[in-house]
Amino acid sequence: MSTTTQAPARTYSAYSAPLWQRLLLTRETAVIALTAAVILYSIANVPNFDGPLTIKFLLQDIAPILLIALPMTLVIITGEIDLSVASIMGLSSVLLGVLHEGGMSVPAAALLALLAGLACGALNGFLIAYVGLPSLAVTIGTLALFRGIAVGLLGTKAITDFTEKWADLATGTIGETKIPLVMIPFAVLAIGFVVLLHFSTFGRGVYDIGLNDEAAHFTGVDVARTKMVLFLLSGVVSALAGIYFTLRFGSARGDNATGYELQVIAAVLLGGVSIFGGRGRLHGVLAGVVLIGVISSALRLESVTVNVTNIIVGLLLVASVILPNVLAAASSRLPRKAAPAAPRESHTHENAASAGVTTRGSDS
Amino acid sequence: MKFPTRKPTALAALLLTATFAFAGCGSDDGGDGGSGSDGGSSSGGGDLSITMLPKNLGNAYFDTSTDGAEKAADELGADFEEVGPETGSPDAQVSYINTVAQQGKDALIISANDPDALCDAIDEARSADVKVVTFDADTNPDCRDLFINQATAEGIASKQLELIADEIGGSGEIAILSASANATNQNAWIDMMEKELADNPDYADIKLVDTVYGDDEDQKSFDQTEALLQNHPDLKGIISPTTVGIAAAARYLSDSEYKGKVALTGLGTPNQMREFVKDGTVGSFALWNPGDLGYLATYAAAALVDGTISGEEGDSFEAGELGEFEVGADGTVLLGEPFTFNADNIDDFDF
Repeated sequence: MSTTTQAPARTYSAYSAPLWQRLLLTRETAVIALTAAVILYSIANVPNFDGPLTIKFLLQDIAPILLIALPMTLVIITGEIDLSVASIMGLSSVLLGVLHEGGMSVPAAALLALLAGLACGALNGFLIAYVGLPSLAVTIGTLALFRGIAVGLLGTKAITDFTEKWADLATGTIGETKIPLVMIPFAVLAIGFVVLLHFSTFGRGVYDIGLNDEAAHFTGVDVARTKMVLFLLSGVVSALAGIYFTLRFGSARGDNATGYELQVIAAVLLGGVSIFGGRGRLHGVLAGVVLIGVISSALRLESVTVNVTNIIVGLLLVASVILPNVLAAASSRLPRKAAPAAPRESHTHENAASAGVTTRGSDS
Repeated sequence: MKFPTRKPTALAALLLTATFAFAGCGSDDGGDGGSGSDGGSSSGGGDLSITMLPKNLGNAYFDTSTDGAEKAADELGADFEEVGPETGSPDAQVSYINTVAQQGKDALIISANDPDALCDAIDEARSADVKVVTFDADTNPDCRDLFINQATAEGIASKQLELIADEIGGSGEIAILSASANATNQNAWIDMMEKELADNPDYADIKLVDTVYGDDEDQKSFDQTEALLQNHPDLKGIISPTTVGIAAAARYLSDSEYKGKVALTGLGTPNQMREFVKDGTVGSFALWNPGDLGYLATYAAAALVDGTISGEEGDSFEAGELGEFEVGADGTVLLGEPFTFNADNIDDFDF
């Protein structure tokens, strides 16, 4: 009875929290606030953190992770995962080196390396989206496969004679500022991905797939094509990160960037993306990457060993994944919900009287 | 769906911030400890601050070199610390080099994970007035101030021949168990050994009959040792210029009928070889003493910082108990001849 009478009143704005709450009381805001707090704390307390070199080194260090975190966020929101990103970085690094050594110019070699990244992404995407295999299994396989090809192509040696001007491009800064040049392509990509995820129908489809891919299919989302596109993007952006990595260190090696996939995924999860899919926003992820970067930079300046850094980042990550669940469980036991028997009704933010009506309804 | 998670999310936001507070406390404690010593060095002004950056941490070889460096730093009254990545990759080292530049340390002692990849970072550190000394593994000569060389290729090659010649009494068939077929160091040493065998009259009766490759894999080196002994029944000695190879070969020999009959020497580490030296499988083997290497690198760094030397060829400096050293070509300082480990001294080492 009461359900039918109240149904017309249940518009989104009627039952949702006020706008400011929806914008500010979010996981993303928490991560951004935490990042800002850690930065302020480090500036105040960590010797040399306010030095002129910090921002440059910090951004250079996190640039590959920032880049790959963009497509990784979308991939994880669909409920999939791409573990092969670091191996694609290694492969593009080796290709860039081998082709450049073979006499090709750096831009041409980089273009082919990007195409190789696209091909890697296509393989992942085909197996996951069209064959329907689980992404965890597929990308563990291609993690080994691409890394194997990379090491196989170059062996244990390194190619290091990159043209100076291209290497300078990777290590240079914008004019007199301390912002590395790599931030320009990153900014362009970041804007592109924000538009793609948050302001396009494609992006709505990404969330739909993560929440329920069958339902997404029946509402007209091309699930397979969406996943394919995401793995292609993941492949090509990973290759770009691999090229940056190679030029920054001036060294193409088969084992370049080993283990980066875990750093990327850690940052994405820390940034508020649900590993089960369907939830997460890019600004939270970018804050997550910066947070991990700042923590490790500050701890290194304090000469804290890398193990301690890993422990802190690990604890932060585990806490960030566990806390929402623990809190959800805890809050569901709070006594203030008067009508646990009628959870749908408790959604209404009506006055106490209507809550009373509901309670009576469920009692009778 | 959305509603039930909203309140918890808000709480999560708060608690996540609380987590930060704990993390903050953690780094605060570290900060006080760290800034205490850092503050001491920077306010002292003239105090010497040295950072040591091995290829990776948790490696007994580098623990030994760090012990040596620490001892030298104590003697010099220098502020010393060791930092490093978990894995031996160049990109991980770059972050630490950058950190040293940010901290404005006086000197950096580093074992490079890549000869070229670190140069940009090292250049940046040097332009921040950090003196850079490489040890164990060098970078390109033009990007560091000094390289402390543990041993020359010639020294390593001739030392191993000397040891094997000793063991087999100066005549007989020998074979080499190397790392991989394209391992740069090993191939250079093998070339030199072949040359010296042909040229040196002392070795006229020694014949190198085979060179096999164990790829620095324990099992493969073990199998190759077995194959060597079967293919060459008259074999009297094996040289394995790689730590993996010599340990695997020793393990094979110690359980076989050839124990004590076929001599084995090469480059090994005391911890790997201890049981085989004690049970008589191996008489002696060579390597350098990483403790001395770290000790010398620290004195060299101090000499660079205080201006005693500039890294030019011909400069000389005192290195505590190791005596006086001279800078050679390409800014290289040679520790000396390889060190011979045998039953008498092996228990003095732990790496």
